[in-house]
Amino acid sequence: MSKDNAVQPFEPKVVAYCCTYCAYTAGDLAGSMRLEYAPNVRVVKILCTGKVDAILLLRAFEDGADAVYVAGCAIGDCHFLEGNLRAIQTVAYTKKRLAEIGLEPERLEFFHVPASDGPGFADAANEMTRRAKTLGPNPLRKSITQAAGRKLAKESDEHPPLPEAVLGKLIHHSERTTVG
Amino acid sequence: MIVAERKPLEQVEAMIDGFERILVVGCGTCVAVCMAGGEKEVELFAAELRMKGKLDGKQRTIDEITITRQCDMEYLEQLAKYVDDYDAIVSTACGAGVQFLAERYDEKLVLPALNTRFIGVAEGAGVWSQRCMACSDCVLDQTGGICPMTICAKNLLNGPCGGTDHGKCEVDGEKDCAWTLIYRKLEKIGRLDTMRKIQPPKDYSLMTTPGKYTHEAFKETQAEDEE
Amino acid sequence: MVAAFKQAFAEKPFVVTAEVGPPKGTDVSEMIEHIDLLKDKVDGLNVTDNQSSVMRISSLAVCRMIVDRGGEPILQLTCRDRNRLALQSELLSAWVLGVRSVLCLTGDYISVGDHPQAKPVFDLDSVQLLQTVGLMNNGKDLAGNDMKGPTGFFAGAVVTPEADPIEPQMLKFEKKIAAGAQFIQTQAIYDLDNFKRFMEQARRHNVKIMAGIVLLVSAGMARYMNKNVPGIFVPDDLLDEMAGAPKEKRLETGIRIAGRMIKQLREEQVCDGVHIMAIGKESCVPDILKAAE
Ligand code: SF4
Ligand code: SF4
Repeated sequence: MSKDNAVQPFEPKVVAYCCTYCAYTAGDLAGSMRLEYAPNVRVVKILCTGKVDAILLLRAFEDGADAVYVAGCAIGDCHFLEGNLRAIQTVAYTKKRLAEIGLEPERLEFFHVPASDGPGFADAANEMTRRAKTLGPNPLRKSITQAAGRKLAKESDEHPPLPEAVLGKLIHHSERTTVG
Repeated sequence: MIVAERKPLEQVEAMIDGFERILVVGCGTCVAVCMAGGEKEVELFAAELRMKGKLDGKQRTIDEITITRQCDMEYLEQLAKYVDDYDAIVSTACGAGVQFLAERYDEKLVLPALNTRFIGVAEGAGVWSQRCMACSDCVLDQTGGICPMTICAKNLLNGPCGGTDHGKCEVDGEKDCAWTLIYRKLEKIGRLDTMRKIQPPKDYSLMTTPGKYTHEAFKETQAEDEE
Repeated sequence: MVAAFKQAFAEKPFVVTAEVGPPKGTDVSEMIEHIDLLKDKVDGLNVTDNQSSVMRISSLAVCRMIVDRGGEPILQLTCRDRNRLALQSELLSAWVLGVRSVLCLTGDYISVGDHPQAKPVFDLDSVQLLQTVGLMNNGKDLAGNDMKGPTGFFAGAVVTPEADPIEPQMLKFEKKIAAGAQFIQTQAIYDLDNFKRFMEQARRHNVKIMAGIVLLVSAGMARYMNKNVPGIFVPDDLLDEMAGAPKEKRLETGIRIAGRMIKQLREEQVCDGVHIMAIGKESCVPDILKAAE
């Protein structure tokens, strides 16, 4: 859909969700190592890639990002044990959603970038910038002629609240009976 | 709970083709738990519909709201002040919720975004399995808490068919044979005798659709009628 | 009015039946050939009911054709395609058309057949179907209504002696007998030692046992069954025997094995008879019988 755009060079916008423990630190390292990498990347620091959900990734595209990636720890190194594993799942799932919508799934990726891997950080940034350049601008960036959706606030229940549910608490038979 | 899955985007796209103002209504109960139509899923789905519409050059507004439940009129009521603004409502509730929403707003076009699958349990993260087909005459007391109507593909009540294969079901080698499970369980709890009893044929009249049930406490008693 | 098949158990020490598979389509010439070939050589012709969930001519129609040709039919009736109304109506129809024996089965699941999208019925199970036959033999239907004229079926059921696990299978076997099964036909057996062990248990019940004999046509088929057909186990020595046979002798070897097994079952009085399933090779049944002499 964007092949004609691809011919004209453009500067893509790439969003990177980076785990504070690894990829983000690797980014710092890349900086202090004076490594050159694509300046197109906007880094969003997150506590753990496990926090990334499909909607966060999709929103970036909806708002016009040309490529998005999530960079997390190596397998087994997640500070929260399995956040990176979940992120891998989320990215795979979101790629399917992108395909469904009609955007190239290659615009989205997951990378393992350990804290010590400055060059790895640069590679990821370059790779995603390269992909965006080949694929052309995100077609959603074209001027918007429709009203954006909005979320309707839900008003609080009109009825007086029911007694609060006691969930997950075992109520013994004896608590319900009065011993005479 | 009720387990459902989202329809392919394409199918919903075809349903809403030609409409400009669309309200996606989520349901915060069963389908929220099975990650098909709760608040988060509505957010994702609405975003998808917006992006798809934009890519296809469509003039379209997609709004979203999620209510506690769509199978209760009092919650559906909350939508009254909004629905007039829309050409179509896409519901991400189970089939029952979609119908109730359509009944409450009977001048609106209400469309289903999910395929309702079954009554089931969460087996693991993101995995659900059917456990009950609402037969209206539960026999779990006889079968060690394992439903022969649901777990056995042939709804057999008196023991396994000849297809049990190393404890797996002939219909799907990935699934356990219900009657192997039942036998093992009854053996474990020392109640194999219940399996030796011949179970009578099921009373399918109880399952005549549409089912309807009134709680005892809400039934008008004979006495009140006569007064 | 007694079924000739039932009578055979009284008169003979060893009863033999063979399976007839109705065709898909209206050309019955080959099947009729088989019926004519076998009807006087066996004590009953057992007609499958949409076998393997593949749509074919009904068992009842073929049973009647067998009656017309002077043979003794056994109606197979599965719970897969009919609810209790249709099952009972089929039983009444069979009776008035001269069918005297019925084999009650659960039936394979729909998905293994050629119409996997069909709605599976399974309104009754095989145990309940046997009970239904018993009721009808006493002039009542399943709902308890009196019928104008009872049936008098000789009813049977099946068992899988090699089922894994075997315990629930045996439990159901007992229920089938309690529900009125008078004869039991087994799934194909190949390992006689296993079968004898099964017979030790089965002999405690007052029921006639017919061992299922399926003709092996190649080692490949045997391996396929071992892998894919639940409850069938072809032991290694038979596998080797089949594999060792040259191509043109394979069928002959299969016939020899089947004949040898039947002979042993008969001579050692292991069971009351055999049921021969020569799927697609019905014309070989006389050869198997000869090999068993
Ligand atoms: S027997 Fe099975 S289908 Fe029937 S109510 Fe109990 S669990 Fe549900
Ligand atoms: S193999 Fe077990 S679960 Fe499957 S249809 Fe047979 S009895 Fe039912």
